[in-house]
Amino acid sequence: MLITKLKDKQSLLSLVSGKAFLIHCHGCMELSFPLEEAAAVQKELSGAGKVAGVMTADYICNPENLRLRLRAHMDEISQADMVLVFSCGVGVQTVASMLEEMKVCAACDTYPLPGFQGLTPLEHDCGQCGECYLNLTGGICPITACSKSLVNGQCGGAKNGMCEVDPTMECGWERIQRRLAALGRLDLLKSPTQIRNFAAGGEGTKETTTV
Amino acid sequence: MKITELFDRGEFVVSAEVGPPKGIHIDHLVEEAKTYLSGVHALNVTDNQSSVMRLGSLATCKVLKDAGLNPIYQLTCRDRNRIALQSDLLSAAMLGIENLLLLTGDHTRLGDHPQAKPVFDLDSVSLIHTAKLLESGVDLGGNPLVGQAPSFAKGAVVSPCSDSVDAQLTKMERKVAAGAEYFQTQAVFDPEKFIQFMERAKQFGKPVQLGIIIPKSAGMAKFMNDNVAGIHVPAALIAELKADKEKTKAGITGIEIAARIIKACKPYCQGVHIMALGWESKVPALLELAGI
Repeated sequence: MLITKLKDKQSLLSLVSGKAFLIHCHGCMELSFPLEEAAAVQKELSGAGKVAGVMTADYICNPENLRLRLRAHMDEISQADMVLVFSCGVGVQTVASMLEEMKVCAACDTYPLPGFQGLTPLEHDCGQCGECYLNLTGGICPITACSKSLVNGQCGGAKNGMCEVDPTMECGWERIQRRLAALGRLDLLKSPTQIRNFAAGGEGTKETTTV
Repeated sequence: MKITELFDRGEFVVSAEVGPPKGIHIDHLVEEAKTYLSGVHALNVTDNQSSVMRLGSLATCKVLKDAGLNPIYQLTCRDRNRIALQSDLLSAAMLGIENLLLLTGDHTRLGDHPQAKPVFDLDSVSLIHTAKLLESGVDLGGNPLVGQAPSFAKGAVVSPCSDSVDAQLTKMERKVAAGAEYFQTQAVFDPEKFIQFMERAKQFGKPVQLGIIIPKSAGMAKFMNDNVAGIHVPAALIAELKADKEKTKAGITGIEIAARIIKACKPYCQGVHIMALGWESKVPALLELAGI
């Protein structure tokens, strides 16, 4: 099980450049989702004329489902400058993988909740770290796509583009570098030094035990 | 002495690498270092290199320092969380060890304890940031240090012949932004690639030491090509190692190759770092042939 929480409002609003297409995932039965807060952000963006369209769906982590849903909104999406996704980290990554030309941003951080895991298809994985990095990495999760879960770039262990630890796995940071180059956002790789907060996710933390 | 002072003086800085033994007898390492490596400016001491458990880097640094050598303390993020890393940095400063080489570290799966938990609480970039923070008298938790703050020469690594050189340059830039003051590279066998890399890396304005491994045999070269990230030995060099097996076995071919690479790259870098991998005794001959 997992819960998502909206990123703090200021950093959320600063993510939106131009017009945004909003995707709300009302998720699976396993997910606790901040519906009211998301609606409030939508209202605020809408009031500022920054919304190009809205799509609400469940199970956006299911690629077939998402592909069909997106098809109905492609006109609106093509009018947008970016896509803002209100979902868990798997949903954001699934959207990013289907809209390769678009800047896809995560509006939420994803935290784990002890108990039964959802029936999430595992094409993408979310580490439920509670401090979503997808906005710095072009929608590819460095926590799950890198064997060492590095958050400041590639280590020296990539050989022919593959991870030294698991030769069947492409180096996550090479994927991130390519993706950001394609998006014209290599500037994101110059972000300040990232230091993980292991108190933000994980079982037994205040966040998860009080819910 | 801080290795950065040598760079500042415009010296072509030569360092070599020693690997602590798997055990507690260190006399041999110290004797070899004193005999063959006393001519270099500084000696890197590896930190459980390749994720193989060995005698500690910090203790070895202290022993080398007491023997009159200038150690560089290699510290990786693989085995320690941020509390242990900072504690070890303070310990190093207290023991008078000023030179650091800060790395992420190989994954535990690649070593002789593949069952071990990989830590990676910090990584090379955030470790450099942390060392710099300690120098300002504050720890990563925001707490003030008591008394005089430590002061280090903060080094880092980069892999110029990696097939993902863009990602390597990106990482290098982040390391510089975090506070890295000098760089040592993965072993280079293709001067052309290194020179191209340096053309792009010189914008960061930090001294770079060319990484050198003396190739011991064609088999070793092929092994590195197949298994070691960031190393590529061109086919022509493998052929050269194969041509005269006796000469190669005696180390002469390897020394000739390494000296040639150093000469070709010297105008483009600020020093050389030699990873002798057991051939410490050949380092003086290599430096002589390379004209250093």
